[in-house]
Amino acid sequence: MTYTKRKDKRKMDETRPIIAKVGIIPNAKGSASFTIGKTTAYAAVYGPRELHPKFLQDPKTGKLRCNYNMMPFSGTGERIRPGPSRRSKEISMVTQNALASVMDLSDYPNTVVDVFVEIPQADAGTRCAGICAASMALADAGFKMKDIPVSIAIAVADNKTVFADPDYAEETLNQTGEAEHVADIAVTILPRTGQVTHLQMDGMVSKEKLFEALEMAKAVTKKINETLKVALKEQFKVEASK
Amino acid sequence: MALKVENKSIVVPGETLAEGMDFLPGEGAFREGEIVISSRLGLVNVDGRAIKIIPLAGTYLPKVGDRIICKVFDLTYSGWRVKTNTAYAAMLSMKEATSEYIEHGADLNKYFTIGEYIVAKIINVTGQNLIDISLKGPGLNKLKPGRIIEVDPCKVPRIIGKQGSMVSMVKNSTGCNIIVGQNGLIWLRGEPEDEMLAIECIKKIEKESHKQGLTEEIEKFLKDKTGGVIKKPPVMEEDEPRERREPRRDSRSPPYRGGPRRDSRSGPRNFNRDNRRQRR
Amino acid sequence: MNPIIQHVRDLIKQGKRLDARKMDEYRDLSVETGVVKTAEGSAHVKLGKTEVIIGIKLSVGAPYPDTPDEGALMVSAELMPMSSPKFESGPPSIKSIELARVIDRGIRESHAIDQKKLCITSREKVWMVSIDICTINADGNLFDAAGVAAIAALKDTKYPAFDGETVDYKEMTDKPLVIDKVPIPVTISKLNDQLIVDLADNEEAAEDGRVTATILEDGTICSIQKGGPIPFTSEELGKVIDLAIEKSKEIRAKL
Repeated sequence: MTYTKRKDKRKMDETRPIIAKVGIIPNAKGSASFTIGKTTAYAAVYGPRELHPKFLQDPKTGKLRCNYNMMPFSGTGERIRPGPSRRSKEISMVTQNALASVMDLSDYPNTVVDVFVEIPQADAGTRCAGICAASMALADAGFKMKDIPVSIAIAVADNKTVFADPDYAEETLNQTGEAEHVADIAVTILPRTGQVTHLQMDGMVSKEKLFEALEMAKAVTKKINETLKVALKEQFKVEASK
Repeated sequence: MALKVENKSIVVPGETLAEGMDFLPGEGAFREGEIVISSRLGLVNVDGRAIKIIPLAGTYLPKVGDRIICKVFDLTYSGWRVKTNTAYAAMLSMKEATSEYIEHGADLNKYFTIGEYIVAKIINVTGQNLIDISLKGPGLNKLKPGRIIEVDPCKVPRIIGKQGSMVSMVKNSTGCNIIVGQNGLIWLRGEPEDEMLAIECIKKIEKESHKQGLTEEIEKFLKDKTGGVIKKPPVMEEDEPRERREPRRDSRSPPYRGGPRRDSRSGPRNFNRDNRRQRR
Repeated sequence: MNPIIQHVRDLIKQGKRLDARKMDEYRDLSVETGVVKTAEGSAHVKLGKTEVIIGIKLSVGAPYPDTPDEGALMVSAELMPMSSPKFESGPPSIKSIELARVIDRGIRESHAIDQKKLCITSREKVWMVSIDICTINADGNLFDAAGVAAIAALKDTKYPAFDGETVDYKEMTDKPLVIDKVPIPVTISKLNDQLIVDLADNEEAAEDGRVTATILEDGTICSIQKGGPIPFTSEELGKVIDLAIEKSKEIRAKL
């Protein structure tokens, strides 16, 4: 049996509904939230501030430091124990790598810019939502960036059907017997150049299908980029019409 | 071969500003092959062939001559270390703190102690952002009881206004004493209601800094709130703080190449101060 | 001295506050429930610029040996570094532990939840209720904001399906968690010998001490926590309790 029609009747390249907001945390220098379906991510940016311990400081540039965390009640299953886990530490690292290459922090030597990503509600795709929220928060804070990285998950069922932004039910098709394998590809793309700054995949997929998925990701991230742009500009537009 | 965005429109990082070689990237923009791209969230400013981005948010970078508000956090042998609302601490030496003779080994707490705020002038900045400050000069002193709010440092020139006109207007309508630090910290003191109005007004300037005709709008806003009553702030015991500083032209901005000059009363020209920082 | 602290104290002497509020005046309070779909119950509370989210998770586990027929109740608080430049990542700070314990005692000691009703089979299976406090933006008085959010989230809680062996979180029942009492914590601070409520962050820096009293519908006090080293006289404590009872009614009306 092959998965050919999506459970929630979406088109193959259609994401769940997206809501992007900027400036949600007054205490932060920059902040944003990104909701895609039932997954929500908050991101807050603080700094540049002094980096401790001192030996980590770089006299040429400021550093980006990301911290990803799921709130204890954000999972669909049992409560998640607070504090860092192996999973959250790894996602913190990939988030940082997804964003670092676009940042120009050379004006702030020896410092650190902190990005905190919090997931209040998860239904698959939290790292991607977190990266989108973090991108917006960094732009909102006024940092120099080459582009606004956008992240999305693409799934491939049984090395046949390629579809964008799986929710939890679609991510686990292999557990319900609706598909034999589901490859889950989380990718972050710089929308202007199509370069990939973050790529993770688990599942089984052929090279051809992987590239089909990447092509879909490029198209989808371009669209999401437009949504993020609108959100970033919105805060100024509303006031202008007052 | 053309401009891809409208002048004065809001752009985000990564947005294409122009195609072809007719335009040159200024501050906040860069070139990649045939296209000029924005690197910041800000307003497009086309001046002749140059396109630059006037930031709508940003971080303060210390510059010599700036007056900043800082907080004492450490005492050393030879002076005080202060927080500058940036990632970098600044040093206030005994020599620059007072004209009084301070005996070697004297208790420096007598002069300034941890937790106190001062308004000081930057006298030296190194490439690694080691900062020296001085209290020698009019209006530079320890801050009296009052509240300190934080604004985006990019918006400080707008809050001060041309030759201090904007902040004077806020002071005279609310009766608050106000000291604006270039580092985005603002000290104010008055009656709580007046302070609240002054803060509301400052936040409005901060939020709507990119609007044309902001001065008139703020004037109207204050008039609506106060009924046009002028309420001079009390003279502070010591030096009257000076807000009046000529907004200097951006030394690195491209030369004037003809075309209509913008109305000097409005428009984001004043933002230029922010970009004056020396390239290292 | 820090000019902001001095300013707050000078104003209080004249009977004024930084944001021109009255001594016993709360900031705007709004409560929204059902905000987190993955939690069995949730609430988002805004108190001025202070914002907290609380989510409730229900799970089935073994009871404690000393209370074999009672369910378990657990409160944790995370002062998220996202919510204030003052909060750092790392193990829970004493501030977050105190916050969690004050909220915990308010709910536990008031018997808001009958823990006996959480028992499924004695000595074997009981429901465990986890209350997690997460700060979104911290601008003072987290105690009261979290207290309101906790009880609002508990009232919003429904049991997930349970077949005797495993919990199916995907299937929610209509069965609500029964809340018998509504404890409301009210924090009264002392500043220059004045008693004031609902301090914002800049006022909290100037505060001498505080008392958080958790109050029930009938005015019964179900938990107290005094904070800070400054002593309170009996007379002051009397005033604190009276004020807490009065304010708890006001807050209760918003739930």
